[in-house]
Amino acid sequence: MITIQKYVRPQSLEEAYQLNQNRRSRIIAGMLWTKMSSGAVNTAIDLCDLGLDTIEETDKQFSIGAMVTLRQIEQHAGLNAYTGGKAAAAVKDIIGVQFRNIATVGGSIWGRFGFSDVLTLFLAMESFVELYKGGIIPLAQFASMPYDRDLLVRLIVKKTPGSFSYQAMRAQRTDFPVLTCAVSRLDGQYRAAIGARPGRAMLIKDEEGLLTGGINEESAKAFAEYAAGKVPTGSNLRGSAAYRTHLAKVLVERGALELGGNA
Amino acid sequence: MEIKLKLNGKNIMGSIEPDTLLIDFLREHGCYSVKRGCETSGCGLCTVLMDGTPVLSCSVLAARADGHEVYTLEGLQQEASDFVGFIADQGADQCGFCNPGFVMNTIALLRENPDPTDDEIRAFLAGNLCRCSGYEGQLRGIRNYLDSRKG
Repeated sequence: MITIQKYVRPQSLEEAYQLNQNRRSRIIAGMLWTKMSSGAVNTAIDLCDLGLDTIEETDKQFSIGAMVTLRQIEQHAGLNAYTGGKAAAAVKDIIGVQFRNIATVGGSIWGRFGFSDVLTLFLAMESFVELYKGGIIPLAQFASMPYDRDLLVRLIVKKTPGSFSYQAMRAQRTDFPVLTCAVSRLDGQYRAAIGARPGRAMLIKDEEGLLTGGINEESAKAFAEYAAGKVPTGSNLRGSAAYRTHLAKVLVERGALELGGNA
Repeated sequence: MEIKLKLNGKNIMGSIEPDTLLIDFLREHGCYSVKRGCETSGCGLCTVLMDGTPVLSCSVLAARADGHEVYTLEGLQQEASDFVGFIADQGADQCGFCNPGFVMNTIALLRENPDPTDDEIRAFLAGNLCRCSGYEGQLRGIRNYLDSRKG
């Protein structure tokens, strides 16, 4: 359990940013993973007063504040209309409703946790993060960046025309996933995001055009083999690297078949 | 640091450490229905309603509750009394340890969705763990309660 010397609710992003420049400060998001960690925090910075707990929807995009909870993602009509319900599908097995009412999008995305369903889901979309100092950058770029002391303000999801599928393998419902997989077709381009490898989720694009001629069992299998070959896997107590690579092939194939149709 | 919140309908003030968890604050204020279970935010035993929303009080800083409204089972006994007898009739709460968390989350479920299907009940209560019963007793109890309301 961490110890906290001081708790602050900044009234501006600048105040939060300045407080966070001290390496013993820590942003408090959902507090769920933070609580499991150990060490001494000098200043706990709670962003709850900054109005970052809403999802703003326009004709072109969703702007999702860092303090939006996973339950809000699950229940947001617009986001689930856009994703065909896959936003809800991706988070529904994350522990329970009480957990998802606390866990935040910002915490999940900033943490870039290997087990993150949230990171996997949004990597499959045309997503960007808005950093207080770093500006707006693609989520895929952010996902591979090292940790720094900037602030994640929002997740931005463009409403690029597309369709989505989401699959995850869990040994037991509400447990951490053994592998996560989101497959999408965006403006005719196919991509697969694979997480819980167990490392951070990775985005694989169909750069060889394996699915552009249409999705059938043969092309879906070829894309699955291609994607699984691009994604390094590792072993931990939930599964071996070989099992994860096998799962990656199965889930990508299923995901592609679920998208169905022609490009 | 000082915090002010509304606990079970009453305005209270309290002096806390910055890292005090809401569960500890609530128990210090006599809310012993709120219990520690897993310590990994996974069992639902410590469920309370914060501004009407079910949350895990083991994972919320008491400082974040400042200015908010918190209800524990101590403050919702009348609402709970509508259905807990149906759960008890099924023998679902065998040791009873998980029961307050189940009851609190069932209150939240029925407020949000007064007529849930069995699958919706299972999904909403998935974050409440019970080591005795296998969950079917709780489901039958809630189903019987819902059916009784329909006459």
